[in-house]
Formats: sequence, structure tokens, C-alpha cells
Amino acid sequence: MSALSLRGLNKSFGGNAVLNGVSIDVEAGEFIALVGPSGCGKSTLLRILAGLDHADSGEIFVGGKDMSAVAAADRNIAMVFQSYALYPHLTAGQNIAVPLAMKRLSRTQRLPLVGSVLPGQKEIRTGISRDVREMATVLKIDHLLDRKPGQMSGGQRQRVALARAMVRHPSIFLMDEPLSNLDANLRVHARGEIVELHRRAGVPTLYVTHDQAEALSMADRVAVMIGGNLLQLAAPETIYNDPAHIQVARFVGQPRINIIPALAENGRVSFEGIRLALLEKVANGPVSLGIRPEFVKLSPSGRSGLGGRIERLEFLGSEVIAHCRLDATGDIVIAKLAPHEARNLIAGMPVGVFLSPEEAMVFGPEGRRLRTASAAPARQEPAYV
Amino acid sequence: MTSIPAGRFIRFTLLSLGALMILAPYIFMISTAGKTQSDIFTSSLSLMPEHFYFAENFAKALNKVPMATLLWNGVVVCGLIFFFQVLVAIPCAYAMAKLKFRAARLMMVLVMLGLLVPIHATALPLYVAFDRMSLLNSYTSLVAPFTISVFAIFMFLQFFRAMPDDLIHAARLDGMSELGIVARVIVPNAWPAVTAFAIFSVVAHWNDLYWPLIVVSKQAYATPPLGLMYFRAAEAGDDYGALMAATLIITLPLVVAFLFAQKRFVEGITMTGLKG
Repeated sequence: MSALSLRGLNKSFGGNAVLNGVSIDVEAGEFIALVGPSGCGKSTLLRILAGLDHADSGEIFVGGKDMSAVAAADRNIAMVFQSYALYPHLTAGQNIAVPLAMKRLSRTQRLPLVGSVLPGQKEIRTGISRDVREMATVLKIDHLLDRKPGQMSGGQRQRVALARAMVRHPSIFLMDEPLSNLDANLRVHARGEIVELHRRAGVPTLYVTHDQAEALSMADRVAVMIGGNLLQLAAPETIYNDPAHIQVARFVGQPRINIIPALAENGRVSFEGIRLALLEKVANGPVSLGIRPEFVKLSPSGRSGLGGRIERLEFLGSEVIAHCRLDATGDIVIAKLAPHEARNLIAGMPVGVFLSPEEAMVFGPEGRRLRTASAAPARQEPAYV
Repeated sequence: MTSIPAGRFIRFTLLSLGALMILAPYIFMISTAGKTQSDIFTSSLSLMPEHFYFAENFAKALNKVPMATLLWNGVVVCGLIFFFQVLVAIPCAYAMAKLKFRAARLMMVLVMLGLLVPIHATALPLYVAFDRMSLLNSYTSLVAPFTISVFAIFMFLQFFRAMPDDLIHAARLDGMSELGIVARVIVPNAWPAVTAFAIFSVVAHWNDLYWPLIVVSKQAYATPPLGLMYFRAAEAGDDYGALMAATLIITLPLVVAFLFAQKRFVEGITMTGLKG
């Protein structure tokens, strides 16, 4: 039984489909990153899960229990918001205490004046402040408990928001781009911390982000959502090396994957000397060939490989990105080279471009990945420098 | 000595002139409050009283009408009106700003319509109703027609719309009911809007003459502006000196309150409220 399972969620706003039959199963203790460009419906999915919005159709199960009719407050799902959504009028300590107070104190015990004279509430309040302090110590914010959100930095607010979500030991943890308001250095640091916290608490987590680096580096599995469709849900390595859809291949990877138009003919795909045998039957016609920039090699002589010309070189320290235009088709091919491979290259010079056929991926006209026989016979041997 | 830049000088002069124009009646009122009856009716216009008659005029103002009762009534009526207006308007505005329901549009239209209908249009039916219920000459008749303020709803609506949705979502996930959200999240963060509305409401109802004139005929329930009317009914003609002194007394609370809370009021009006 999965800790959380979504079955065929559909949602549309005014005829615009935002979610298209999305199904995800989150196992106990798993960290799943939901990644996609902005407006792909990932935040909507999170809101529906939390009970803040309703799906048009589909089911949500938490620990095997149907949650469709359960109110947000009773789902025991905690969420960290992009804006942190701390109560501005309460101190950090009071903020963290809110979910506990709502859970442990009865309606009458929470009343401002009457509540304070009721029996039992003092013990509960002591318990709450003990738990708040404990949580704050874990997140190293115990010295900030008396400050209001306005007096804290972004990083500190983010920790308070984390603490508020974690303090009540939720059964599911949702995070909506919690790091996007932090500066770059802090973000990388906070990534590690969230992973560490997740490992310690073991609460299944759904983490929404538009940052692929965050998704790939933090998650056990990555779900790629584009245009309301869940295109692939797999381990980060699989997402990168073996994308199921052309949009996944395009979205993940920096610099972007090279997509070159090619032709499928009688079960084979050919492009300028690359021949790949398709494992499934495909109608003859145009297909797309995808090849990651790190599998493109350049030869400065220009006599071997596909003829091309370097349009632009980007030096990034540990690597060099070369933008080449192929003479034959006019397509731009991006190569990611080690600095020593790029030593003799200058912008504008003609080069020979080698595409490794065994690393090439074929996508059908509608974007679906087409399987190819591995190591198809190639006319040209890739020349590694 | 440094010379003042010409632009600044012109601006300052214009503002001063404008301020003087607006303050002139008030200044004239203060001056009249210190004049004798003969001073007031001289043909020459002078700002400085010939004989300082302040003490006498104020004494007359305090004796002729039960000033304490008037001020107390003003405080009670304004306080009650303000309290109920906020009590009704905040939940209503919250619902319209942050909840999705089918009648939201209709409600918005009704609020806009409500803004367009002045009290004068509904005065007669209200008067008849209060009369039938034998509620004329009571705090109820003074307060009840104003407890639902569409203006307040409209103003809070604008303010609440600017409040981040995430804050309310977080509150819901933390286990608060909708009323809990209003009480624990909305109200504590709505103070700038409440103060801003307080000025409008209190000023309007403290100075209101029209409605008290309709429903109140006994001095025991008279509000300050209605109390001023009793000077006119005086048997020996109008006593302007005393009348101005009384006016000074009843405008004083508002002036003092504004001077004390000036900063908060300006804050409230500019609505620099909520930040992370």
C-alpha cells in the first residue's frame, strides 16, 4: 500500500485543462520531486492534494484512505509554501505552535479569556511550547523564537515555515518551491538540509519545483509534468538518460538536448550517416533524433564527421559549450566539451561534428520515445580526441 | 543664509494658501467663540475679539445644554455603530474576497448598489418602521440603520484581496475553521484597514445631524450636532458666541483624536499593511 496515491486527477479552469489524468504513487518515506515549467499544473496538483482545491475527477488516497471528502484540516498533510505564509502578527514560536494548538486544545480551551481558566489547558500549553522548542532546536532557530517574520531573513523564515510544517508530524509533507525565494548560495545549502531532514523524519514528501537541478539532486524519484500531463515518473538517472518523451528530454538537462529532424524508413532511422534500427513498427515519415550535448564531439580539422561551423563558444570553467551549425541541414548542434578538448577551437571556424549513434534517442512525431536496437551499425567511427 | 529654491517656495505658498482657506471657518469659529454678542454683530470684520469673552461663552455653552450627556451619547452611538459595522463587514468582506461561492458576483453587485443608495432615500421607511416598533428616541434607532456599512465591506474587500492566499491556505492546513481564520489571521492583520475605516465611520456619525434629527426628539438621546440645535431654539434669539463655543467643544474630541493618532491614520489610509 502506498503512503499516498493519486488516481487519474483531472482539473480544468474555464475549459483549460490544467491536470490531465495525473496518477502518482508515493511510497512510504519516499521523496518525490514534481518538476515542470511554470504553469504546468504542478502547484494546482499540490493544492488539490492538500484539500485547498477540488479536482474535477480522480481520487486521492492517503495510507489507503480516500481523502476526497476530507477537509484540508483533517488530512494531516503539511505544506511549506513558496512565500512561507507565516502569520505576520505572530512570533516565530507562536507560528510554529499554531498547528499544535489547533490540534491539541479544544475549541473552548482556545478562547482568549475563558480558555485560560479551564482545567488541563496549562499542561497542554506547556507540552506545546516544549515541542516547539524541540523542533526549533532541530532546525537551529531556537534563538529566533521571539522574533516576528518581518524581523527575519528569507532563510530564517523558510526554516520557521519548515518547523511549522514538521512540528505536528504530518503523514504527508508537501513543499511548493520552498527554496525559490532564497539566494543561490543559500539555496544549494538548504537543499542538503531538506534532504537531511527528510531522511531523519521519513515522512513521504512531494516537492514541487521548476528547477531541474533541485529535482534531480534531491529526489528519490522525479515526476516530470508538462502541460498538465505527467510525462514520466522515474529515478533521476532514468529521467536524464532514458527520457520517455521528447518534452522530458528537452526540459531536463543543461544545456538542452540537441533535437535533430530525421526520417524513419522501413524500421530504420537515418540521419547523415547515423543509422538506428527501430524496435517497434513506425510509419515512414519524420521523427526526431535527440542527442545530449556531452555526446557530441568536435574535430577541429573539419575533414571528418559532419561538416559544420562553430557559431559561438561559451567558456564555463569546467566545461565549454560550443554552438555549431551543420552545413548540410542548417541545424544548430550544441556540444559540451572539456576545456582541453576545446583548446584549439575558435568561433567561426569549420569543424567536423561527430554524433555518437549509440547515445542517440529517437522520438516519434507525437513526441513519444521510440526504442532502438542498441549499437546500431554506424558508418562513421566516433573519433574521440 | 541659504535661499529657498523658487519651486519649493511656490509650492509652500500654494499649500499654505490652501490650508488657510480650509481652516478659515474653523479659525473664525474659534474667534467668534471668544466674542461678545455685540462684537459678533458689528459691521466690521475682525478676527481678534475686542473683549475676551471665552470663559463666559463656554460657561453658557455648558449650562444651556447638557454637554456631558451630548458627548456621552456621541461616544456611545459612534462606538456602537463602529463596533457593529466592523463585526458585520469583516466576515462579509473575507467571504467575498477569499471564498469561492456561486453568489459572489451577485453579492458584489448588491454591495455596489448599496454604495449608490443614500440614507435619505431609505429614511422614511426606516422612520415608519422604528415608529411602529416604538423605538424612536432610543440608541437602537440611532445605531441600527448603520450597522451594515457597504462602504466598510467594500473597503475591507479591497484590503483582503491584497492579502496572500497562501496565508489563508496555511491557516486551513493548520486546522482553523473559516471563522477561526477570520478571528486569528484576518482581524489581527487588518488593523491598518480598521483604523482607516474608523476615521471615516466615526467622523461621519459623530457629525451626523440628519438621522438623529429624524429619530430623536428627546434631549436624553441627542447626539452632539443635535444638541447644537437647542441653541437655535433659545428664546432670546440666536446666541452665536455660545453656539460657537459649544461647536468648539464637540469638535475637540475628533481634533484631539486625530492629532494623537495622525501617524496611524495616514498609515491606515495609504494601507501599507502586510509585509511577509
